[in-house]
Amino acid sequence: MGSLNFIGLGTYDEKGMTLYGLELARNCEIIFLEHYTSLMPYLNLESLERIIGKKIIIIDRKYLEDGSAILRNAMEKDVAILIPGDPFIATTHIDLRIRAEKQNIKVRVAHAPSIISIVPGETGLQNYKFGKSATITFPDNYSEVPYDTLKQNLSLGLHTLLFLDIKVDEGKYMTANDGMAILMEIENRRKEGIIKSNTLVIGIARAGGPNQLIKGDVIEKLICFDFGPPPHCLVFPGRLHFMEAEALVMLAKVDRELLKVI
Amino acid sequence: MPKYRQTEDIIKLMKNKEYVRNIGTLAHVDHGKTTLSDSLLAGAGLISQKIAAQALALDYVEIEQLRQMTVKAANVSLLHEWNDQSYVINLVDTPGHVDFTGHVTRSLRVMDGGICVVDSVEGVMTQTETVIRQSMEERVRPLLYINKIDRLIKELRLNPQEILDRLMKIIKDFNTLIDTYADPEFKDKWKVNPSRGQVAFGSALHKWGFTIPIIQSKGMKFSDIIDAYNRNDVEYLQKEFPLHVAILDMVVNHIPNPIEAQKYRIPKIWRGDLNSPIGQAMLNCDENGPLVICVNKVVVDPHAGPVVTGRVFSGTVREGEVLYGLMAKSEGRIQQVSLYMGPYREVTNEISSGNIVALLGLENIRAGETLVRPEDKDRMVPFEKMKYISEPVVTIAIEPKFNRDLPKLVDALHKMAIEDPTLSIKINQETGEYLIAGMGSLHLEIALWDLKQRTGGLEIVTSPPIVVYREAITKSVGPFEGKSPNKHNRLYVSVEPLDEKAMELIQKGIIHEDMESRERAKILREQAGWDTDIARGIWAIDSYINVLVDATKGLQYMREIKDTVIQAFRLNVAEGPLCREPIRGLLVKIVDAMIHEDPAHRGPAQIMPAMRDAMFQGVLTANPILLEPILKLDIRVPQEHLGGVTRVLAGKRGRIISLNQSGNTMNVIAEIPVAETFDLSDQLRSATAGKAFWGMEFARWAPVPSNMAKDLIKKIRERKGLPPEPPKPEDFMSM
Repeated sequence: MGSLNFIGLGTYDEKGMTLYGLELARNCEIIFLEHYTSLMPYLNLESLERIIGKKIIIIDRKYLEDGSAILRNAMEKDVAILIPGDPFIATTHIDLRIRAEKQNIKVRVAHAPSIISIVPGETGLQNYKFGKSATITFPDNYSEVPYDTLKQNLSLGLHTLLFLDIKVDEGKYMTANDGMAILMEIENRRKEGIIKSNTLVIGIARAGGPNQLIKGDVIEKLICFDFGPPPHCLVFPGRLHFMEAEALVMLAKVDRELLKVI
Repeated sequence: MPKYRQTEDIIKLMKNKEYVRNIGTLAHVDHGKTTLSDSLLAGAGLISQKIAAQALALDYVEIEQLRQMTVKAANVSLLHEWNDQSYVINLVDTPGHVDFTGHVTRSLRVMDGGICVVDSVEGVMTQTETVIRQSMEERVRPLLYINKIDRLIKELRLNPQEILDRLMKIIKDFNTLIDTYADPEFKDKWKVNPSRGQVAFGSALHKWGFTIPIIQSKGMKFSDIIDAYNRNDVEYLQKEFPLHVAILDMVVNHIPNPIEAQKYRIPKIWRGDLNSPIGQAMLNCDENGPLVICVNKVVVDPHAGPVVTGRVFSGTVREGEVLYGLMAKSEGRIQQVSLYMGPYREVTNEISSGNIVALLGLENIRAGETLVRPEDKDRMVPFEKMKYISEPVVTIAIEPKFNRDLPKLVDALHKMAIEDPTLSIKINQETGEYLIAGMGSLHLEIALWDLKQRTGGLEIVTSPPIVVYREAITKSVGPFEGKSPNKHNRLYVSVEPLDEKAMELIQKGIIHEDMESRERAKILREQAGWDTDIARGIWAIDSYINVLVDATKGLQYMREIKDTVIQAFRLNVAEGPLCREPIRGLLVKIVDAMIHEDPAHRGPAQIMPAMRDAMFQGVLTANPILLEPILKLDIRVPQEHLGGVTRVLAGKRGRIISLNQSGNTMNVIAEIPVAETFDLSDQLRSATAGKAFWGMEFARWAPVPSNMAKDLIKKIRERKGLPPEPPKPEDFMSM
């Protein structure tokens, strides 16, 4: 009897996985790694192979989405899939899990830190006050959903986490600056006043790592800020609790005067 | 001899639109169009004094030079004097080849009248009918020129009465065509009457011709012509009855000037609002109105780059201004405005409405384009999308014999594609070969000949001609579910065969993708009985005649995936599931969809496969068939060789549609699949001792006989490097 083991890698490098995850991986015969849903530029594959003590096979989106080869293997062998972040925060893998469960394949999950948990932690914005998230996509897949999501959350006073599109196979990733520019361009077209020049926004780069960078400012200034290498994401704060405001000053270097004005 | 004039005199004349005529020749191949054009140019061609001075220095090559230029020139300007008044006559190029009917349509748009050339021996033929039908669709008035009268006298040795009978028969047949195809108000007006000088008779080869008023004014009779031949005195005829005078007298008197012509032509050839300022300006041929130019031809000049030739329907075009192409959706600055003097271009600073102009500096413009000033681009409705009666049906693969010649080949192919948009040039991504698709094997033969001319005899390797097929369905099925690879999106699609009427409306360009949806829906409802909601939901109309409809109502995020769905639809119909040939006549309806709200989960990589799976399950379930192109053959053959013709046709899946006898000649109208035509010429020649002559044109798409289809599909798949068996619907169903 085989099994299918979804193992989260955390957000930064090979040290983000839990001990439980490591134990599962060491017990598996086949170890796959997908890294198309998220960018982990600091993950060292050789080091990860050494830690686990097994060869790792990198799989692309097609192979994973098709899934039939993975499931066939998991019928007889213990198969691990290493996934950036927490395995099911990347919405896409749930399909494979459901198909495995339907075929009575034993499924185990090793959760791990995710951008979803790191963002409240590192900005001080309280987790229960976040509204819906959305991804700002490249213009070839143009969408106004991020703008609508922001509009909806702000009307309820909720914070908004916006992911930024990546194309791993093309080596393309969206910077926080590109993301802000796209939103401002949508505002320019729709003119609903959701994003003004003094709208507060927080940019987060390389979350969870030692070279993580968090900076908040009004959008017209932050759009020129250099966040360094990817990955990046954006947070638009909603109504702020006084503790949240204090945290933003301390953690995201937001100008205290600014919070009074806004 | 060509007439020498100062450019300024001609510009003055062009501004006086009453003295301008825009015409072209309409003819069956070999009925003598080229010799007619040559004769007109030699007799009445217009040469600027500047060029004349240069040409005199090399006068022995002049005529030959002129001759060669006519072959390539987009327009030739002629000068004609009648009743002491000078007229500028623009003779627009209309290639007479049977395979270039796309060209003919495009040329027709810029002319107001046509000289229909009919061979007196062969009479009115299928292609004559085609060009008359086309010119009626563009409201171009045809006049009749009956050519090769010399053959009636010298070869057939007919007596005067027999000649007269034959000529009257041609005139009657011609008028029948006018009666059949002209709009009601022109049926009587446009019939030709020889005694009013609306028919010319002559021999372009021997450069003479006359109309009844001309011969009467000289107090002569037809028997004088016969007498001249009997004493072998062609020079006498040339002197007494120069051909260009007969033709151009007829043109000046019976073809309307641009002001008159645009009044009734614009409502037919342009679908915009006639009461708008642009509409009014075009109706009145107003040189002060908004600028509108319709492009009929683009030729790549080795030194100057693309030369864009077209007709100014309204306004005045000036050097240095920026023009916008409605098809290319891009702008360009005019570097040079020229008029035609004979076949040559002469630079000027402006050309006004009603005239033919040549423009330099516009890079992305192709034949058929509508040019306006950028400020009018949203106000202007382009001239109808070109209606092509023919479609590319034969492909060959081509590569240079030596790899180093590849850049030369690519450059020449690129230029050819610019000049002849009916020639489709593609790169096969897998093999790197260049594929050229044309209207028939003859079209491709000419293209290859042209390629050799351009490249100085470059050695090339070509594949045998490959017939282009279409995939089609025979019943309505669905809806089918297509899931995105990540399974977070589902599209529900049903497929139906498009009704004949809708296909006809699309083929004729009456409805197309760029038109206003409400107007399109109205036409589809009234003429094809479509449901209004379905007609209003049209997202895309593909050039292979397929339609995509969004039949969902108020579904969230539909708008955001629209472009991707349309793109997927186009790719799928361009390469169907049976053997990756284009699909024809498919109506695809999206009836429902479940779309993930986050755009990262519904990018092109997710939506395109979902759309493909849903569409192809549908197509493969709907009893798909293969269609093959069928040509119409019009054969004239002496009765004693009829058996040879029918034998050849029978061996080639041909079907005889009608047999008519005229004298000793049998006229066979038949249909034959393109796949069977590659050695048709040789076979017909040997079966009839070379006595048959024929024309071909695209007729229709027809199902491949079912006993052949399976093998054929297999062969096509193998040629394309695909597994021999076509996929099954299940192959497009995901878990």
